[in-house]
Amino acid sequence: MAVRVQQEDFDAGQELATLAAQNHAIGGVVSFIGRVRDMTKDGELMAMTLEHYPGMTEHALEKIEAEACSRWPLEASLIVHRHGRLEPGDQIVLVITASPHRHAAFEANQFLVDWLKTKAPFWKMELTEQGESWVETKSSDDRAAARWVAE
Amino acid sequence: MKILYFAWIKTRTGVGEEVVDPPAHVKTVGDLIDWLKTRGDGYAQALADPSVVRVAVNQEYAKWDAAVGSNDEVALFPPVTGG
Repeated sequence: MAVRVQQEDFDAGQELATLAAQNHAIGGVVSFIGRVRDMTKDGELMAMTLEHYPGMTEHALEKIEAEACSRWPLEASLIVHRHGRLEPGDQIVLVITASPHRHAAFEANQFLVDWLKTKAPFWKMELTEQGESWVETKSSDDRAAARWVAE
Repeated sequence: MKILYFAWIKTRTGVGEEVVDPPAHVKTVGDLIDWLKTRGDGYAQALADPSVVRVAVNQEYAKWDAAVGSNDEVALFPPVTGG
């Protein structure tokens, strides 16, 4: 179980290989990569800057990961989240979950992505031809996170 | 007391981090926000709508009735948009 918050890019293939290498109890590995899209509600995106709260960010991600481990039988997990300036096509976040069985790996992965979007202290600022603007929270993200509470 | 501001709340207050010494009647997060709002137009604008202000005390999410003291680190920020 690990979290990393970093400016530099990540290599998902290498992370997947490392995560599962020594553990033969793992029967399924699921990975999610979030990327910077080129379109925003204000038009074409030129760049995005991700701000975060150093210290609390890592702490919040660790808590979310611990919650996933308490709900599903995970053998391993990894969250890597970038900050700083990113451009369309760049990778933002990597979430890997590994479990003896695929259902736990799939569900835990969705849970981690849904919860980190609504709980980890990151903020996106988009740059378009209209200028810079802070991204607003989507109610669909809140609903996605809330369904894990109801269950 | 150390106060941190992030995203558009920081843009409006014009400061990312500051150390403040609030008056004695400031005992909770809600008291603190009410007091900060009196410190200038930027603060008043940044904190005008409580429904879009999230609070962390010592890096844990906190509600408006949470206690705050001189040794605490309090962060004020909008709803998060990572991932």
